Amino acid sequence: MSDAPVKVIKGGVIVDPEEGEKEGLCVVIEGGRVTGLVPPEEAPAGEGVEVIDAEGLHVLPGLVDLHVHLRDPGYEWKEDIQSGTAAAAAGGFTSVVCMANTDPVNDDPETTRYIVERAREVGKAKVYPVAAITKGLKGEELTNMGELLEAGAVAFSDDGKPVASALILSRAMEYSLMFGAPLILHEEEITLSKGGCLNEGKMSTRLGLPGIPASSEICAVARDIALAEYTGAKVHIAHVSTAGAVEIIKRARERGVAVTAETAPHYLTLTEEATEGFNTRAKMNPPLRTERDREALLQALAEGVIDCVATDHAPHEDLVKECEFDVAAFGIIGLQTALPLTLRALESAGKGVKELVKVMSYNPSKVIGIKGGKIEKGGPADITLVDLSREWVFTEDVNLSKSRNSPFLGWTLKGKVVLTMVDGKVTYREESRVR
Amino acid sequence: MSDFLSRKDILGLRDFTRQEIELVLDTAASMEDILQREIKKVPSLRGKTVVNLFFEPSTRTRTSFEIAGKRLSADVVNFSAAVSSVKKGETLLDTARNIEAMKPDVLVVRHSSSGAPHFLARHLSVPVVNAGDGRHEHPSQGLLDLYTIRKVKGRIEGLNVLILGDILHSRVARSDIYGLTTMGAKVTICGPSPLIPREYQALGVEATWDINEALRGKDVVIVLRIQLERMESSFFPSIREYVRYFGLNRERMKLAKEDAIVMHPGPVNRGWELADDLADSDVSVILQQVEAGVAVRMAILYLLAHVREEVES
Repeated sequence: MSDAPVKVIKGGVIVDPEEGEKEGLCVVIEGGRVTGLVPPEEAPAGEGVEVIDAEGLHVLPGLVDLHVHLRDPGYEWKEDIQSGTAAAAAGGFTSVVCMANTDPVNDDPETTRYIVERAREVGKAKVYPVAAITKGLKGEELTNMGELLEAGAVAFSDDGKPVASALILSRAMEYSLMFGAPLILHEEEITLSKGGCLNEGKMSTRLGLPGIPASSEICAVARDIALAEYTGAKVHIAHVSTAGAVEIIKRARERGVAVTAETAPHYLTLTEEATEGFNTRAKMNPPLRTERDREALLQALAEGVIDCVATDHAPHEDLVKECEFDVAAFGIIGLQTALPLTLRALESAGKGVKELVKVMSYNPSKVIGIKGGKIEKGGPADITLVDLSREWVFTEDVNLSKSRNSPFLGWTLKGKVVLTMVDGKVTYREESRVR
Repeated sequence: MSDFLSRKDILGLRDFTRQEIELVLDTAASMEDILQREIKKVPSLRGKTVVNLFFEPSTRTRTSFEIAGKRLSADVVNFSAAVSSVKKGETLLDTARNIEAMKPDVLVVRHSSSGAPHFLARHLSVPVVNAGDGRHEHPSQGLLDLYTIRKVKGRIEGLNVLILGDILHSRVARSDIYGLTTMGAKVTICGPSPLIPREYQALGVEATWDINEALRGKDVVIVLRIQLERMESSFFPSIREYVRYFGLNRERMKLAKEDAIVMHPGPVNRGWELADDLADSDVSVILQQVEAGVAVRMAILYLLAHVREEVES
């Protein structure tokens, strides 16, 4: 794989979040940046220029995942920065935002710096750490937010463990105002959800398992939006799973509250029925909900009420996943299946690749304030080439994560990432397409 | 009708067909004949080993399976493990694989996690019988209830059955509901509102919180045991109030059909969910259920360990 100083992506359809699909233009890349979008005859050629043939492909701004568990440091047998970003690159992601529930917890600038430096060393994706809101994710004392931002953090979250105290969260919001960094909120009223392991509803009734009611998420979202509105802080609601939460977010946005929200491809694809037969690969938190919720999420995404799709990539080894349902760990991997699943969902709502770019690249970039989401002159050459019509099967051979806890193994998916580049450097190239 | 079960395991009644249920009940009937003899033992499972793998304390179900196995001349071994000790690094699968390596012919499993026997059945080649998993299913109890009803009432189809009490946490309720509805009975559930699952329709039953309405016209009333820990976690405020609204007594029983029977999976909290005198009255078939339990479990072991092998060879 050469990394010529000048690259030209030729023959593809460029997808812009605002203008949609643009044909007949080449992307010229130099020094890690896009230096121009030009007609083929004006594109540089000759020695020192690598031409990437994108005939039949779509050229997307690199995907940005706001919600990934890289498990590094501390749980490297589940995933590490190397394997996680390799899976990200194969999934078309150029930037990933990694959650703080590592060991040690990312509540200290030293840990933040480790993540940033290690990711730079690996060079497969830009990794933006999320630092904890509270020390040790204990919900008691605030972290040194300023120092953490200086060390490279882009947002704060106690993901996995919601901040139970309204007072502490309110203080965190007030404190975050100085910096403008968003708080990413895992929404769960723990007194309602405790002990639960799947949606409270039809399947919990049939399988005789303790449920997590939709009200657990709805209560938490309502509380936290009230706090955000009161404090004026920027908040981002993580992995929305219920129609009820969508309603609250919609009304808040209409009032002008600074709230953004994400859902995950699995909530757009599956329902609680996927837990049939005690399938632990369909166990995650929040849980898969009902068809009514799935439809509401899809509509919210199509309407822009939910502005991002993030994977909540949560790798776990078989030991904690292939066991009794109630003791099995929550979470599934998702980096390599996110693009085709989201595309499928959007297409079912009458949308397409333009909206995909919005919800998986442009909007997420804005949430954390990074450059991206648009292929434009002067912007970073973070680019993903996709064959939108190609069908492929997600198998363990294809999977680059260290873990295999996916309900989508064996699924035939439409839309295959062919090449990913970060700052002009190729981070993933589908071998069979090398000509 | 086929005379063998074409399944390896008995995990729950949700996916049992009517033919399969009838096969078990008919087989149990011939087992009951054996139990009436002076020598209550037949050699059907001689040389077979049944392991009772119990991760939850149980005397009644375990004893019933043990007697059932012994009546059929199987060697029955009891293996009790606390879930807590299993958590010390050894997984459920490790434990089960260890047992399987000793070549039992049937594994009878009780576990506090719903779905644990299903998980084992997927990973082991030995037949697994679910002897109660969490709050999911208790198929041998469900089958013995069906057996008792069929024996006393002469049929199951068309009967009106009430299940009374803590439906939400009851594995007996689920197995009874699946078995009864498959056999064509109409099932109503009744209990304190927090103990009725929100999505009870998913079980194919009707529900009410009014015991008087619930009892009207019923042929069978299955009373479930009150678990004190449910009161402690605020599913209902007190035993006193539970008894006031849901305790079954002679007076209330008059609302049911004249020849209605009362069942209970045991052990009964006398004076709580079931009035003392009603438990001992002739409408109560509680001891017949216990008796049926042995016959039904003999049928289960026989069908899994003997007939299946005959068919395969």
